[in-house]
Amino acid sequence: MMENAILVSHLGKSFGEVKAVRDISFSVTRGEIFGLVGPDGAGKTTIMRMLAGVLQPDEGEIDLDGLDMLKDAENAKLHLSYMPQRFGLYEDLTVSENIFFYGELFSVPRAERISRSRELLEAAGLLPFGKRLAGQLSGGMKQKLGLVCALIHTPRVLLLDEPTTGVDPVSRRDFWAILYNLRESGVTIVLSTAYMDEAERCSRLALLHEGKIRHCDTPSRLKESMPGALISIFSGNPRKTREVVSNQPGVLGVLLMGDRIHVRVDDAATRIPELEKLVSGQGEFEIRIAEPGIEDVFVALLDEREEA
Amino acid sequence: MLERLAVMLMKEFLELKRDRWAMFRLIVPLIVQMLVFGYAATFTVHHVATSVLDLDRSQASRSLISHFVATSRFDIVDYAQKQSEITHDIDTGRATIAIVIHAGFSRMLDKGAALQVIVDGTNSNTALIALGYLSQIVSGFSLEQSGASGIGISLQARPWFNEGLDDRWFFIPGVIGTLTLLQVVSLTAFAIVREREVGTLEQIMVSPIRPFEFILGKTVPFFLIGLGDILLVSAFGILWFHVSFMGNPWVMLAGASLFLLAALGIGLLLSTFSRTQQQAFSLNFFFVNPLFILSGFAFPIAAMPEFLRWFTYINPLRYFLIVLRAVFLKGVGFTVLWPELSALALLAFVALSLSVLRFRKSLD
Repeated sequence: MMENAILVSHLGKSFGEVKAVRDISFSVTRGEIFGLVGPDGAGKTTIMRMLAGVLQPDEGEIDLDGLDMLKDAENAKLHLSYMPQRFGLYEDLTVSENIFFYGELFSVPRAERISRSRELLEAAGLLPFGKRLAGQLSGGMKQKLGLVCALIHTPRVLLLDEPTTGVDPVSRRDFWAILYNLRESGVTIVLSTAYMDEAERCSRLALLHEGKIRHCDTPSRLKESMPGALISIFSGNPRKTREVVSNQPGVLGVLLMGDRIHVRVDDAATRIPELEKLVSGQGEFEIRIAEPGIEDVFVALLDEREEA
Repeated sequence: MLERLAVMLMKEFLELKRDRWAMFRLIVPLIVQMLVFGYAATFTVHHVATSVLDLDRSQASRSLISHFVATSRFDIVDYAQKQSEITHDIDTGRATIAIVIHAGFSRMLDKGAALQVIVDGTNSNTALIALGYLSQIVSGFSLEQSGASGIGISLQARPWFNEGLDDRWFFIPGVIGTLTLLQVVSLTAFAIVREREVGTLEQIMVSPIRPFEFILGKTVPFFLIGLGDILLVSAFGILWFHVSFMGNPWVMLAGASLFLLAALGIGLLLSTFSRTQQQAFSLNFFFVNPLFILSGFAFPIAAMPEFLRWFTYINPLRYFLIVLRAVFLKGVGFTVLWPELSALALLAFVALSLSVLRFRKSLD
């Protein structure tokens, strides 16, 4: 039996008339990277802020490593780190001074702070910039400095709210390398993202839509659970192809993916020949069974929900 | 707890040190405003433009006019020949006061002669004061005319505390309180709203720090800045404008400390109602001006309508101005000022408690 680092039950929060999130329950095992995936406005940030103890939920419970977040926030916060979409850095302070400040807030002993900040700065590629003012860093560097500040007190649970939004690909790779390392050392990570490729890197995912968790599983099992099969069609004019294919019998959904389209059908064996015939009139094309990505699954599962 | 407070303070002072313009912003406007107030804010009226129409043309009327010429209070800008010229002078603003001596003035002197005075009442304050001087001159003149035989009461006024009735002595202690209030309330409100805007506030709140530790860390520097302000402006008033300081500096320090706590509380309270610096700016504008008007700085509280007078009771500036003027000019101490000091303490307590309560809520 794996240990639960986070246990959330029946969490709900409204802002005035708007129900931001409803009946949110999930658990995260120690050392997992748990992803909250969903479009903007799905309630990701609201859940994150409640987990971090900066937003009081209307109902439900949050258990963080055996500590009750709602009743014993101060102790729970000692083991927790939260990085919002934009980490609050003091731009008039240098990189080292920011780290010092956040270290002291969590009462990190001096020796530990120094060795750990070196380690983290190195991993983030920020070691040469210790004396630079935080305000003079690039966007990606700021985000990495935020992560360093968030990790200076060696949290057991790390909450990241869309951490790589607006971050360049290189910084993003550094970022994920750090996250994998943390997972190795037993840190539990909850992250929210609107990027589907990033979602695939998580151990488990909760698909969020309109304030509710629709599905929650590992990425591979989510893909298996996708109803129907996925066919990929390359063609010279994917928009036209989408139009042609859309209302065919057996077609459950069509997604435009750059130079090709993803068609979800009820049965690949019977539908491929039918679609082939339809598309053949439009010049060169290629049709084959495709591996669904998280995006396909997400859209498919939401479609099912609406039809049901 | 002390560690977290210490690191908050360290951070605040480091930021202040980094801010190259901070010293300039904190000191120069205070000094400049002090100078402007010191020189410009005065109720004294000098060189009032006066137009004279003498229809009597007697020795007595010429003697009366010479009394006006002799003082620096009035400058005769026009010796008019007819009534319409007088009207023209007042209409165009060439003269503020017109004196009309009607024919028969000298004949009526011993039975009680009338002197017509027209005054431009646009600026009611100047008009009133000029009329005051005018009636002094006229009564001096009539005493002279009646000679030794006349019965007269001569006023032997002896103003206390400000023997020269120097307006500056009245204004400068008030300026100290007013400028400090403006400075401290806006600094506090803006500093906290800025942390909210940048996102550092939320970041600090996910740490184990308690709200009151944060508030303390944020306000202690402004308390010190406020004390510095008061010291600087007071020294300036005493050394540059030679306002007397009769009282006990400790009484002043006690009053200043309580007043600053109340001002910090108001600044904090404003910050909890603002998400952005723009909002803080308009709130600040909305609150601070009435605090200034309803303080007794320039406009006597006793003359205000009753419902406004009630607001002055919850205005810390009102009490601090009393303390300042009393300490500077009267030299009285705790035995006299304890009601004002207690009121300041109470207001400080209420403002700070309210702001701490509001602060928790405003985090959501």
